[in-house]
Amino acid sequence: MCGAPDQAVALPPNTDLSKETVLAGRVLAGGQPVGGAFVRLLDGTGEFTAEVVASASGDFRFFAAPGAWTVRALSRSGNGQAELTAAAPGLHRVEIPVS
Amino acid sequence: MSRRQDVLVTADWAEKNLGTDGIVFLEVDEDTTAYDGGHLPGAVKINWTTELQDQVRRDIADAEQFSKLLSAKGVSNDDTVVLYGGNNNWFAAYAYWQFKLYGHADVKLLDGGRKKWELDGRTLTTEISTRPATSYTAQQPDLAIRAFRDEVVDAIDAKNLVDVRSPDEFSGKILAPAHLPQEQSQRPGHVPSAINIPWSKAANEDGTFRSDEELAKLYAEAGLDEGRATIAYCRIGERSSHTWVVLHELLGHPDVKNYDGSWTEYGSLIGVPIELGSGR
Repeated sequence: MCGAPDQAVALPPNTDLSKETVLAGRVLAGGQPVGGAFVRLLDGTGEFTAEVVASASGDFRFFAAPGAWTVRALSRSGNGQAELTAAAPGLHRVEIPVS
Repeated sequence: MSRRQDVLVTADWAEKNLGTDGIVFLEVDEDTTAYDGGHLPGAVKINWTTELQDQVRRDIADAEQFSKLLSAKGVSNDDTVVLYGGNNNWFAAYAYWQFKLYGHADVKLLDGGRKKWELDGRTLTTEISTRPATSYTAQQPDLAIRAFRDEVVDAIDAKNLVDVRSPDEFSGKILAPAHLPQEQSQRPGHVPSAINIPWSKAANEDGTFRSDEELAKLYAEAGLDEGRATIAYCRIGERSSHTWVVLHELLGHPDVKNYDGSWTEYGSLIGVPIELGSGR
């Protein structure tokens, strides 16, 4: 889940990906985007860190820090979660399947 | 005896009481556009940034501004006000604290807020609701529930200071919650002697509050001394309003204040003590 910054994601204009660790992704049910899901960011110990609502296209993003994270989605289409490790600042992508 | 019925309403109760005379539903969101995309039928929107705060000075709306606002929204002093919102009711809790500060007699929170309502698949409408204007009179602020910066400095090692931010904000690793690159203080860290009990520990995954028993255990185990007064703070005072509701309203602790200046103020003050790391 670690990789070079992905420029396809719309970020706020002042986001400096050499300093910011952005976790971004999409909530999917059966491969289809789930809009409006509640996406929770949990830290390496499982502690709640933040929550956002996914866009109509199922997209979400967090400003975090390097480390191990869990992203968990709750939706009318079901719940699900995914793990990722951000080794360094930059944009890190993750998909959350829900069922 | 639980105080819960005086503080919270369930989604079932809310659904049955939409449109009931004398009950006003008000939505307050962090995302001020959430209401426009769908809200509880009959609910009126309050914008926390433009309506609950002074637009010139850095402060909450004063009693006169609050009176004007509620008059324009069609809220009467004797109405039952039910507040709800997104993001686990953070800003609804902040509004709840302001309604209490200005002496509104009957104000409640919808347990679980928008999240539980949406996850339950209950009705949302995009029809904008308006109510005929009233003549609302706010009381003078009840400063027994609002802390200012000097009180916070004086509370170091003397009162319970409850920092309800995430562990990474508490330790000084990050300055703002992980979805918000804004409104940052000058320095990271926490008020010395504060204990870190993230607001989220008081909520279930669906946004409802945990049971009284779970809540009592949570604060006791984290080292909150019930024999002392308590000041809760976070970054801008909204998450600490959530914890203020838990400690003062649900658990009935007698002396609990919300420090709404919170870390954005404290972490920008010259010369005050700051502690880094995971706490004592």
